Amino acid sequence: MTTVKFTLNGKKVTLETDISRRFLDVLRNDLNQTGPKEGCGEGECGACAVLLDGHSVNSCLLPLAYVHNKEVMTIEGYAETERYKVLEEAFIHEGSVQCGICIPGMMIAAESLLNQNPNPSETSIRHSLSGNLCRCTGYNMIVKAIQRAAQRGKGLW
Amino acid sequence: MVKHYLPSSFQEALEIKHQEDVMLIAGGTDLMVQHRTWSELPPQFDKPLLFLFNLAELKYIKKDANTLYIGSMTDLETLLYHNDTPPCLKDIIALMASPAIRYVCTLAGNIVNASPAADSLLALYALDAKLVLTSLKEERIVSIESFITGPRQTIIKSNEIIKEIQLPHQPFNRVHFKKIGGRKSDAISKLAFLGLANVNQDHQIDTFRIVLNAVAPTLIRLHETERTVEGLSLEAFKHQKDALLEAYNTAIKPIDDQRSNRTYRRQAALNLIRQFIETL
Repeated sequence: MTTVKFTLNGKKVTLETDISRRFLDVLRNDLNQTGPKEGCGEGECGACAVLLDGHSVNSCLLPLAYVHNKEVMTIEGYAETERYKVLEEAFIHEGSVQCGICIPGMMIAAESLLNQNPNPSETSIRHSLSGNLCRCTGYNMIVKAIQRAAQRGKGLW
Repeated sequence: MVKHYLPSSFQEALEIKHQEDVMLIAGGTDLMVQHRTWSELPPQFDKPLLFLFNLAELKYIKKDANTLYIGSMTDLETLLYHNDTPPCLKDIIALMASPAIRYVCTLAGNIVNASPAADSLLALYALDAKLVLTSLKEERIVSIESFITGPRQTIIKSNEIIKEIQLPHQPFNRVHFKKIGGRKSDAISKLAFLGLANVNQDHQIDTFRIVLNAVAPTLIRLHETERTVEGLSLEAFKHQKDALLEAYNTAIKPIDDQRSNRTYRRQAALNLIRQFIETL
């Protein structure tokens, strides 16, 4: 047992547990954050993505130890932000959501991109989504939604 | 349950490594998959883990007149966007994994994993990278080519940790990187090719490098063959084409596996070498 401290959605968390556990399991089972999903479990699909210090990471690949002293935001925390509301409106407007299982990860990837580059090209958007798989939409509606969010959310990122 | 270590300084990490048989974990993006068990259960490691990635003192990119110094826990996303990263290494990183993985995985992890298909090794071989291996008592510097001895095999000792990667500055005005994979991201190479050359104002080849991965147990770089063309004029170089191709054809020993087969790998490797030579 080792103590790990980090910030989850703005709140301080201290855990005493096996620090080799996958962060995804800790989020879902210990901290009631079920937005991040397990798709592939090996870093290919991005359904488990969360923000670590503002950048998207695959929580299924992270040992819990990795988040020590860092800031984590899940889709649950992100949903409380103004930026999320802009993305949500854009995803609805463009019809970007069908079954929805990839969408928390897609939104995290979008936030990670816009955080670094508020005016991304279509190519940058596609690169930023390269680690997120969606079997429903064919991606084009998701790309369009991020373009719309970047336009309508000017000044937020 | 195995005890794991989360050191707060490099010194502390070296002390633990000195005293106990622990497995080092950097970004963990390979190890966490290799050792995973059932969903919701911890991964299964037979040794205690020593977590290194929180050591801020190993995250840096510095340079002096001759060399670029990369701290071993520097992640690939940082290298991708850093001004001092050599262009060929940037080209390679841009096609590795995905942004979310690159933010976590480290250059040192890719090195010590010693996969014959590792992409970052193309640049490290071509640029004559050196590694600083540190233990509690001493420090030694070895070349990347002497460090890796076979698939997943290196000369690192049980008490050593990679502290730094050093890349000597070298000018190249021809950079040709090509990765052949199942898709453009999150793909392990079927094979990949890096060709570098510096052609001077008199149209002479000053320096010439070719490195290939996934066509032999370790990456292929033929120093003697490179020397036979260095100093040649571009005109004279053209007559060396067949000899060059023959040298690489002899050296590569590709295998069949789940990603590709030996016939395809050999042909694609030779095609990529030919393309680089013809466009020099």
